[in-house]
Amino acid sequence: MSASTKITMATAWLDGCSGCHMSFLDLDERLITLAEKVDIVYSPIVDTKELPEGVDVGILEGAVSNEEDLEKAKLFRSRCKYLISLGDCAVTGNVPTMRNTFDLDEVYDRAFVENVQCQPQRPTEEVPPLLETVRPIHHVVPVDLVVQGCPPSADTIWYVLTELMAGRTPCPTEVTRFGA
Amino acid sequence: MPRYPAPPNAPAKVRVVTLRIDGQDIGAREDESVLDVAAEHDIRIPTLCYLDGLSTWGGCRMCMVEIAGSPKLLPACSTQVAEGMEITTNSDKLKNYRRMILELLFAERNHVCSVCVSNGHCDLQDLAVECGMDFVRVPYRNAPYEIDSSHDLFRVDHNRCVLCTRCVRVCDEIEGAHTWDIMGRGVECQVITDLNTPWGESDSCTGCGKCVQVCPTGALVKKGTAAGEMEKRDDFLPYLTQMRGNR
Amino acid sequence: MSLEELQKIAAAAKVKAESYEHHVHVCMAASCQSCGAADIKTQLTETVKENGAEADIWVKGVGCMGLCSAGPLVRVESPADESEYLYQKVGTEDVSELYASIDGNPVERMRCQTEIPFFARQQKIVLENSGRIDPEQIDDYIAEGGYTSLVRALTGMSPQEVLREVSDSGLRGRGGGGYPAGLKWATVARSPAPVKYVICNADEGDPGAFMDRAVLESDPHRILEGMALAAYAVGAEYGYIYIRAEYPLAVERLKKAIRQATRHGFLGRQICETPFSFEIEIRLGAGAFVCGEETALISSIEGQRGQPSPRPPYPADEGLWDCPTLINNVETLANVPAIVREGGEWFQSIGTEKSTGTKVFALAGRIAHTGLIEVPMGITLREIIEEIGGGIPEGRKFKAVQTGGPSGGCLPEENLDMPVEYDTLRAAGSIMGSGGMIVMDETSSMVDVARYFMDFCMTESCGKCVPCRAGTFQMHGLLTKIARGEATAADLQLLEELCDVVRDTSLCGLGQTAPNPVVSTLRYFRHEYEEKLKTDSTDLEIVAS
Repeated sequence: MSASTKITMATAWLDGCSGCHMSFLDLDERLITLAEKVDIVYSPIVDTKELPEGVDVGILEGAVSNEEDLEKAKLFRSRCKYLISLGDCAVTGNVPTMRNTFDLDEVYDRAFVENVQCQPQRPTEEVPPLLETVRPIHHVVPVDLVVQGCPPSADTIWYVLTELMAGRTPCPTEVTRFGA
Repeated sequence: MPRYPAPPNAPAKVRVVTLRIDGQDIGAREDESVLDVAAEHDIRIPTLCYLDGLSTWGGCRMCMVEIAGSPKLLPACSTQVAEGMEITTNSDKLKNYRRMILELLFAERNHVCSVCVSNGHCDLQDLAVECGMDFVRVPYRNAPYEIDSSHDLFRVDHNRCVLCTRCVRVCDEIEGAHTWDIMGRGVECQVITDLNTPWGESDSCTGCGKCVQVCPTGALVKKGTAAGEMEKRDDFLPYLTQMRGNR
Repeated sequence: MSLEELQKIAAAAKVKAESYEHHVHVCMAASCQSCGAADIKTQLTETVKENGAEADIWVKGVGCMGLCSAGPLVRVESPADESEYLYQKVGTEDVSELYASIDGNPVERMRCQTEIPFFARQQKIVLENSGRIDPEQIDDYIAEGGYTSLVRALTGMSPQEVLREVSDSGLRGRGGGGYPAGLKWATVARSPAPVKYVICNADEGDPGAFMDRAVLESDPHRILEGMALAAYAVGAEYGYIYIRAEYPLAVERLKKAIRQATRHGFLGRQICETPFSFEIEIRLGAGAFVCGEETALISSIEGQRGQPSPRPPYPADEGLWDCPTLINNVETLANVPAIVREGGEWFQSIGTEKSTGTKVFALAGRIAHTGLIEVPMGITLREIIEEIGGGIPEGRKFKAVQTGGPSGGCLPEENLDMPVEYDTLRAAGSIMGSGGMIVMDETSSMVDVARYFMDFCMTESCGKCVPCRAGTFQMHGLLTKIARGEATAADLQLLEELCDVVRDTSLCGLGQTAPNPVVSTLRYFRHEYEEKLKTDSTDLEIVAS
């Protein structure tokens, strides 16, 4: 972590397709501008293994589906001063919630038994157990800002980040919506 | 169900009244609804179940307005204007209530916008934007719903139905087939074709597709459309009503 | 039918009654029948016959006597020595002993004291004939002065005069709303429409409420007379009784009553040789609570889905088949014959200024005497619960009383000295409602009570409007969460917000009043909610910003 006065930022994806992170990378050359002001201290796109304390901005993509997601959401909440739900999965649950109308056993069987040709069996270790229902992040921990979109466009993300850096509260509904 | 039309002996002479909507002085015919009068003067009141050309249903409660002197909020679609009315269409309270109603709708069924064929052409989605409903606070209901693809041309996805009954009304009042209706009570309500037979086996359905065109969400759609491809055209409705002499 | 003929029937009935030395009244209302009253009556009749005492002892099935928790009830009256004994919890094995006692000493072990406040403190108008007359015999009703109001009104009063009596009486709707009956009648009467309807709303559905059932089962002719008077006053020729199919006994008795009344010329064409005609048809409800709401009820009668429509137009302007329609509840109509008989001023003198007359309540819950009572308006809740109801059993402490069913609220100890009136109850956060009164003691959890009523509203919502359909579902979910101790302060805040939305934006009374049990318990018993909240607020909280 640099000792500069840069804003620190952490990101993670929970139950999502990583599309929101891809959209983030779509900032392209703006990433360079961003890097002048922001340090990404923890993210799937950097190499840090542990989320540090006192991060300025946390960004979570994806819904809360399993115990690891839940733990990570809580960790982000406790270690980030400002937490953003990025994308429809984080805000509404989106596609991951489509399994909510099924019994958990059915879901396991479909994934690990019915559609598997080699050693079909339920996982017993290493794979975090699924929660009964998939939920949006704000149903699990308090969130400071929600940014809809599937995924939110790079422009949307840029708008949100620049507004925040300028010390203003962005209003994402002006630039994005559910499903956008 | 539609109320029967006004009795034939209703007075033909209609008076003009003056009223005030959001501080704007307005003259209107006394047989007009608050919603119609507001629309004539470009005052936007959010609606969902209301559709020009169909009977008034009054079920979505999005168009609730405040009327000075009335302790109750009133739905603009089914409230007639009166002399001296002072109407507020967009107070903070109304905004909060509309937001909550939308939250209730989004939580009631499984509206997954990103994979909906009506994504980007959906009244519910538009309302969420208009009313600033950016996230749902109440728990999602997560109830399983069927998708009926038995019809040759169309599909009904109950996951996306808001029970506005536009399909029921257009089928009954315009097409005259009354294929659609509602079964069940409360949160268990569901639109059905005939006596809850698959749509494809319906004897009464003429396949006209009016229901699909008036459906505000992705509940009734044309088959063969991918996400975001289903655009609805309900502009035939005012035309038909007009040609039929507004009966 | 003229007044003289009517008096002749009454006199004949009196002569018949006086020819018996003893009258044995067996309650044949639904609640006593459910514990074997019919068998008791049959056995008593047979015993009398075996002993050849048919000429001396008259075994008669009557309507509800009120103390339903002590049924089956049997009353033995001997006019000669003016003795009257009420027996409770009578079984078929007691019949011979009971028979033997008729001529001798009363059976003390079954006796029910009639001097207790439960009986003494009541004032009966609606229930004046209940438990006294045989509901299946029109002559019995006529003997008690029945149909005189109708005959007198038709032969000696103009419709306006009948209307004026009702207006003067200050009678307010007994179904829950408390809308002045005279005003409603006047609106329908003013309409020039050629066809009008009178509807009796007998779709009583509040949990724990059985006032209307008792009236219908005990004194059905009273309703017919009330409806006919209403029809005369407003100018209607057709009437409907919309009654729930769950009341088969009441339906049967109403059918019988309509047949008898038609045969006697109180219903039908040109009643009492006047131009006034009035016919009544029965429509059965299929069990939806919301069909007690007037617009939904009308839809249901029309053969449509039972769900409300926006008002205005009010039924008084455009009701059944779009014709002006007067809808009154059973108890409201049951007051009408007495009002026309005794005059509006008399009725006005009973009760309080803004809530006149009496009110029937169904007492239930943690109370010594459960059953049906009729008390003057303005009586305090304390008098009802502690005196008439006999207080809380097992030495427990009173906690709350729920009035008005799922639309009402729970009132705590501090409200007990409040007079029972439409406006005071409303100000306290409850409503008069149709008359259900459920008493709760210290063991009841108010969150559970609120949750129970929310469950009721959620299941009974017709689903037409979003706030009621989806809002009651969410409120029920939140209440469940609170009851299980899984909720946070944010959940409680959300619940309160939902209360506002559902109350203010729902289409009909069901939704608009559905939050009442929650709001009133929150108002008086907020600590019970807060005690159940999770203190660890990092979990499961909702966005604050």
